[in-house]
Amino acid sequence: MRTAFIETLELLAEADSRIILMTGDLGFGVLNRYRERFPDQFYNVGVAEQNMAGVAAGLAMSGHIVFTYSIGNFPILRCLEQVRNDICYHEADVKVVSVGGGMAYGALGPSHYATEDLTICRALPGIAVVAPGDPVEVEQLVPQIVATPGPAYLRLGRAGEARIHDDDVRVELGRLTSVRDGDQVLLLSTGGMLPEVVSSADALLDEGISAAVISIHSLAPFDSEALCEIAARFPLVITCEEHTVLGGLGGAVAEVLMEAGVRTRFRRFGLRNGFPEGVGSQEYLRRVNGIDADSLSDIVRSALQESK
Amino acid sequence: MISRARSSHVGSVFSCAEVLAVLYGAGLRVQPDQPEWSDRDRFVMSKGHACAGLYAALAIRGFFSMERLESFYVDGGTLLGHATHKGVPGMEVSTGSLGHGLALAVGLAAGAKRLGAPWRAYALLSDGECDEGSTWEAALLAPALELDGLTVIVDYNKIQSLGRVEEVIDLEPFADKWKSFGWEVREIDGHDVDALTEVLDPMVWVPEEGRPRCVIAHTVKGKGVSFMEDDLLWHYRTPQGEEFERAIAELREQL
Repeated sequence: MRTAFIETLELLAEADSRIILMTGDLGFGVLNRYRERFPDQFYNVGVAEQNMAGVAAGLAMSGHIVFTYSIGNFPILRCLEQVRNDICYHEADVKVVSVGGGMAYGALGPSHYATEDLTICRALPGIAVVAPGDPVEVEQLVPQIVATPGPAYLRLGRAGEARIHDDDVRVELGRLTSVRDGDQVLLLSTGGMLPEVVSSADALLDEGISAAVISIHSLAPFDSEALCEIAARFPLVITCEEHTVLGGLGGAVAEVLMEAGVRTRFRRFGLRNGFPEGVGSQEYLRRVNGIDADSLSDIVRSALQESK
Repeated sequence: MISRARSSHVGSVFSCAEVLAVLYGAGLRVQPDQPEWSDRDRFVMSKGHACAGLYAALAIRGFFSMERLESFYVDGGTLLGHATHKGVPGMEVSTGSLGHGLALAVGLAAGAKRLGAPWRAYALLSDGECDEGSTWEAALLAPALELDGLTVIVDYNKIQSLGRVEEVIDLEPFADKWKSFGWEVREIDGHDVDALTEVLDPMVWVPEEGRPRCVIAHTVKGKGVSFMEDDLLWHYRTPQGEEFERAIAELREQL
């Protein structure tokens, strides 16, 4: 996703000199080519995320579209008040980009896990919250983020994720994107969980369980209407996220379905026990923290069993 | 307006009254009939709690009517108790949480530099917000970006929320700190209108290329009213009744 992001941004920056990429001294190897190609559209402001957010807001107020780039919680939680006051309240054209959503940084530890960011950003007024599920979604969503004035938070995974969608899929900012059809369970995925969710859906299909998969890359604005319409057709709906189950995708879907009176069995699949535990890769951490494809399949089976 | 609204921070307003008067009377290139004029200078009121003074300056300069000042801080009003830009012509940005303004001004100055635009960026800081790490993050970056179109004015009234600056966290040697960060620094009496006029004229004080300017304005909290001067109480207390009458009388005498 990281690679898809920077390659897409290069295309956009070439066509629009208002686009600026600003980093908090991170992105070694990732940003090199952009920096070489667009030295006048690049700032490294040093290890100072509060300053980065404020300076980005000032640059945006003078007519630029500014991407702030860092990893994990650094570009959002570290400078949350600057994002709220300087970017959101001023409706500044700043797009905050975080690489390493969820536990992508694996063995680097909890300081580098972004596992509450979606909840926190959802609560901020006026900011689009976008967590693409694969590189195809990144390629299609980044130009739409640029074309939509105002603040955005773009939560990326890492590099080298599988391409889940076909290249001819149409991914629209603020809408749901269907991945798999099915009729027994609806699996709603946000961010980098998508490959695990698809893998679970494949495994379930082998057992004769038909799971639909939808990628909810846009948590704000949120396509409540489409969600209610689809969810009402399923006896079981499960939200899937590499993130706390409190207030992220699970919270958003629960709020919408409850208020709309959509009656369905509902489960939130995500981190439930505080900070993730274990030392190892993202795949390992997903497994030991119970948010991998197998754990999801187990939940689907037991929930379907209960509903019989 | 502060008395009518029963609001606080009158001491913080009086310490920077001359700075605001000189900026809006002479220093800033602005057009009150075209508040969004693209070449206007950008002013960031980083000490947003002293916004009553800025609203007054904007009204006197003609951005909106003097009557509108009556709507400050009251139920149903249109002027909030910290600097707020929405619906307020001439107010560039909203502040209120300390330590945000300098980064915004750095971004605005960087924007002008990048665009080759003629406008300059100014930020008025309190001494208290020089405790904020974010202020110094921005202070580090401005010389690195060679922002000679940026001017910071620090209202150094030597009193912050819970006491004297030197007792809370001493900022001295204050000018040396800014200098060592790469700024050109001038220290002046922040109530001396002639000195302010000179130092805030970008044609008079021309810094070395690429160097941002820092004006350390030595001021007195509550300046102009004998019983408010240099007294922490007037960070909070709102002048009412006889105190209000006495304050107005003292200020009138100085006109």
